[in-house]
Amino acid sequence: MQRITIDPITRLEGHGKIEIFLDAEGNVANTYFQIPELRGFERFCVGRPVEEMPLLTNRICGVCPEAHHMAAAKAADAVYHVDPPPTAKKLRELLYSAFYVTDHTTHFYALAGPDFVMGPDAPVAERNILGVIHKVGLEIGGKVIQCRKYGHTVVEMIGGRKVHPCTSIPGGLTKGITEEQRVEIEKMGRWAIEFAQFSLKLFNDIVLGNKAYVDLILGDIYYHRTHYIGMVDENNKVNFYDGKVSVVDPDGNRLGKYAPPEYRDWIAERVEPWTYLKFPYLKKVGWKGFVDGKDSGVYCATPLSRLNAADGMAMPLAQAEYEKFYSTLGGKPVHHRLATHWARLIELLYAAERWVELATDPEITSPNFHKVPTEKPTEGVGIVEAPRGTLTHHYWTDERGVLTKVNLIVGTTNNYAPISMSIKKAAEGFIKKGVVVNEGILNRVEMAFRAYDPCFGCATHSLPGQMPLQITIHDAKGEVVEVLQQNC
Amino acid sequence: MTDQEHFEPVIIGFTCNWCSYRAADLAGTARMKYPPNVRLIRLMCSGRLDPTFVLKALSSGADAVLITGCHPGECHYLEQNYKALRRYLLLRRTLAQMGIEPQRVKLVWASAAEGARLAQELTSLVEEIRALGPLNWPARVSGNGHLPQPEIQPELEEVAA
Amino acid sequence: MSTNGTKPKFAMYWAAACGGCEIAVLNIHEKILDVDANFEVVFWPVAMDAKYKDVEAMPDESITLTLFNGGIRNSENEEMAHLMRRKSKILVAFGSCACEGCIPGLANLSTVQEIFDTVYATVSTDNPQGLRPQFHFAAPEGELRIPAFYPVLKTLDQVVKVDYYMPGCPPESHQIAAVVDLVIKALHGEAQLPPPGAVIGVGNSTVCDECPRKRNEKTIKQFVRIQDLQAPDPALCLLEQGIPCNGPATRSGCGALCPQAGAQCIGCYGPAEGVLDFGARLMTAFASVIDSQDPDEIERILDGLVDPAGQFYRFSLPGSLLRAAKPAWKGNGTRGNGGTEGTRVPSAPAVPVKGR
Repeated sequence: MQRITIDPITRLEGHGKIEIFLDAEGNVANTYFQIPELRGFERFCVGRPVEEMPLLTNRICGVCPEAHHMAAAKAADAVYHVDPPPTAKKLRELLYSAFYVTDHTTHFYALAGPDFVMGPDAPVAERNILGVIHKVGLEIGGKVIQCRKYGHTVVEMIGGRKVHPCTSIPGGLTKGITEEQRVEIEKMGRWAIEFAQFSLKLFNDIVLGNKAYVDLILGDIYYHRTHYIGMVDENNKVNFYDGKVSVVDPDGNRLGKYAPPEYRDWIAERVEPWTYLKFPYLKKVGWKGFVDGKDSGVYCATPLSRLNAADGMAMPLAQAEYEKFYSTLGGKPVHHRLATHWARLIELLYAAERWVELATDPEITSPNFHKVPTEKPTEGVGIVEAPRGTLTHHYWTDERGVLTKVNLIVGTTNNYAPISMSIKKAAEGFIKKGVVVNEGILNRVEMAFRAYDPCFGCATHSLPGQMPLQITIHDAKGEVVEVLQQNC
Repeated sequence: MTDQEHFEPVIIGFTCNWCSYRAADLAGTARMKYPPNVRLIRLMCSGRLDPTFVLKALSSGADAVLITGCHPGECHYLEQNYKALRRYLLLRRTLAQMGIEPQRVKLVWASAAEGARLAQELTSLVEEIRALGPLNWPARVSGNGHLPQPEIQPELEEVAA
Repeated sequence: MSTNGTKPKFAMYWAAACGGCEIAVLNIHEKILDVDANFEVVFWPVAMDAKYKDVEAMPDESITLTLFNGGIRNSENEEMAHLMRRKSKILVAFGSCACEGCIPGLANLSTVQEIFDTVYATVSTDNPQGLRPQFHFAAPEGELRIPAFYPVLKTLDQVVKVDYYMPGCPPESHQIAAVVDLVIKALHGEAQLPPPGAVIGVGNSTVCDECPRKRNEKTIKQFVRIQDLQAPDPALCLLEQGIPCNGPATRSGCGALCPQAGAQCIGCYGPAEGVLDFGARLMTAFASVIDSQDPDEIERILDGLVDPAGQFYRFSLPGSLLRAAKPAWKGNGTRGNGGTEGTRVPSAPAVPVKGR
C-alpha cells in the first residue's frame, strides 16, 4: 500500500505526524494522526504537595499555563473544601480574561488569518502574517504586538510572572492589586475591546465579504456533525473560568450540564497503541469509532463548541456578534469547522468586555484575597475552559495534602478524535485518483487541522504562517513517483 | 554485577579530625582489627560535611557513606556537629525518596578515646552493607538512559501464532 | 561571524518542552525585529516551515546560533540534539529543561512502567485490554512508529556538547533581550562572547540578593504550608515565616518576581554559580535555618517538609549527581556508539520529479 508521511506537523503543542495510506487506485484508504509525545504529569505529580499543582501544571503548556494554573487552583480549593473570597475569584478571572485576549489574538493573526486574508491558494511566500500586514497595513503587526504586551502585563500584575504565573494558592491568591494597577488594567482592557471589534470587522470585510471564502467555510469537506461541549454560567452563557459543562448533541439538543465532580459520568478516554495521546469520548453515547453523528461519542471542545453548547454570551457586544453569527450561518448548531475562526473572534470580544467588567468591579482592589483552609484535604476537581478546549484537573491527596493520584484531561486532547477525522476527510476530499496533489491541496489539508488551534499559537510578525509539508508518493513498487514540498 | 559472596563493599568515611579520626588512629595503633572497606577522608569538623560529598561518593560508586563526628556538646568548634546532624537527617529523608536505603548513609558520634567502639561500628557497617548488596550507581547510569525499554506491556499471555 | 554579507542563520528547537521558552522569546516584543534584522531564521518548527530534511541538508556548522529548549525524553529528542549540534556553530541549552531537566525531570523518580501504567489506566481511561503505546505497531495498512520513551530523562549536555547555558523556566524576557543585544553586538565585532561553557542571561548571586524582603537571622521552629499562613507579612523574608523558599541557593537573574508576588521561590533559575548539585545546596540551606539541636525535635520540624525530593530537586533532578531514583534506571541498557534507534520513516532521497 502506498504511504504518504507528513512529519513533523508544526504549530502544534509538541510534535505530531500524519500517515496517509493510499489504496491501489490512489484514493485514501486510511489516515493516522500520531502524537509522539509523553511526559507523564499524571504520574510524577503524585507525591507532591497539592499547593504546588498550580505551579507544576503550568509546565504542561507554556502557551496556556494560565489555563492549567486556574484549573489547578480550583481543584486545590476543592481538595481543601475552601471557597476563596470573591475578590480572589474575580482577580483570577480578570487575569484569565486578559490571557484569553492575548491567546486568541495570536492564533487568529499568525496562524488562521493568513488563510483568509491572503486566501488558501495565495502564493506560499505570502500566506503568512507578513502577507497579512502588507495587504491590510503595517499597523496590524504593531497592534498584535501591543495586544500581547497588554495581556501579559495583566498576567504579571495579578499572577506574578508573564509566563507560568505563581500567585494562586488553595483558598485564593498571595497578592491583590492596587488602585494604580487597576486603572492601568482598565485602560488596557478598553483598548482590547476596540482591538477585538477591529478584528471582527477585518474578518467581516475580508472573509465574509468574499464569496469564495464563504463557500469554503460552508462547504462539505470541513463539515462534521459531532457533539459539542463547553462551560456555561448559571444563565447558560459562555464562561471560561467557572460554571458547569454543557453537552449538546449534533442537533443542538442539550444532553445535560455537569458540575466538575461529575465529569467521569460523561467523559471516558480510549487508548490506541500507535500514539501516546488518548482519545476522549462521551460515555453516555459510547465509542463507535472515528465517525460523525448522534450515535457517536466523538465530541468537540473548541470556541465553536462553546458557542454551540451555550445559549448566548454574557456581555452585550459579544452577544450581538453571537446572534449575527448564527443568523448568517443558518441557525444552531454550526458544524462548519472553519467557522471556528469566527467563533474565536467572538470569544475574543467577550473576553475583552469581561476584562473591563472585572477591572471596574468595586471588590477588585480589596485586600481580602485569601481564606485559610480549615478542612482536611481529600479530593477535588477543577474545570476551566482553556482556549483549545475544556480542561479538567482531578486530584486525590492524603490527610497532609500530598497528592496520591492525579487525573488530567487537557484541552486539545478533547479534540484528538475530531481532528483526526477532519484530517482524514480533507485528505479523502482532496487526494484522489487522478488528482495532481499540489500546494493548494496541501494547504487545504492543513486548514482542516489548523481550525482547532492545536495548543500553539505563535509569532507576531516575520514568521511565515505556513506548515512545512513534504509529501512523498511511492508507487506500488516502492519507487518514488513524486516529491512535493511546501516551504521546505 | 559482583558475585554476592565475594562482594566487598566500598564505603567512604568522612571523619572529623578531632574525635573520630583520632579514634580511628587509636584503633590502628592498638592493633584493633577493622575491615579495610572503609576509606577514610579527614575533615576538620563534621560540620564541613556537605551533602554534596555524600552524593558524589554514592554516584561515583560507593556502596555506603559513613559520617563521624564528636558527641553533641563536645565539638571542637562548639556547635558545628549539630549542623552535620541536621543535614544528615534531611539528606536521609531525601535519599529515601530516591530509593536509596537509609542504612547506606550512617552518622556516628565517637570521641577520641573510643577506638574500640569505632572499630566495632565500622565492622558491623561493612557486614550490614554486604548483606544489603552493592549500590554500584555508575553501572546503572552507564547505559545513559539511551536504550528504550522493550515494549512496555502489562502481563499478557503469549498466544501461539 | 556572517560570511559574504549574508545574514547569519538562527534556529530554535523544542524537545520535551512546554512552549514557554518560545513565548518568552516572543515576549521580547519589538526586539524580535532586531532578531529578524540581524539573522535569517532557518528552523523554528513551532512557527515556520523548515523541516528536519532541510536541516539535514544544511552544511555542518552553518547555523550560527541555535537555541535548544526542552529535555531529552525520547529517541526523537536525542536525534534532534545530535542533528542541531552538528549543524550549529553555537548551541545554547535554553531554559531549565535543556539545562538541568526541569519539571518533567520529576518523572525520574518513577519507572517507565509506573508512568505508563498510570497514564494509560487513569480513572477516566477505558482500556480493558491494557493497551500501551508501541514504539512499532503493525497497522493493517503498514508499520507505524512513535519515538522510543527512554527510562530516564536527560539534559542536553548529557547527550551533546553545549556551548552556553541560559537557565530559567522560562528565561525572563529582559534577560533574553539582553543576550540578543550581546550576540548582535558580537556579530558586529563590538563585544566579546563569554568563554564557552558559561551560563548566560543570569546574575552572579542568588535570588535572595534580588529579593527586597527584609531578612533577619532565620530560626525556623516549624515549616508552614503557604495556604496555612494566617497573616503573611509582605515585607518579611518568606523562609523566616516558615515557607520553604528556594531563594538561598537559586541563581539570580529573574528579579525575584515570585517572592515579590507573595509566592515562594521554587528554584526555576537553577543552581547558583559553582554548585555541583542543586538539591544538596538547598538541603544545606534549609538545614542551617532549623532552630534545634535535639534529634527528635529536628525530625518533628522536618516532618513539615512533606516532599524533600520535590522541594530540593524540583527543577534539577536529571542534572543532579544521582540524576534519577534507583528504580528508574531499570531497563537502562548500554550501547557503545551513541547512535539511536531510528523512529522517523527514512526520508526519500532527492529525485527528479517524474511526470504523472
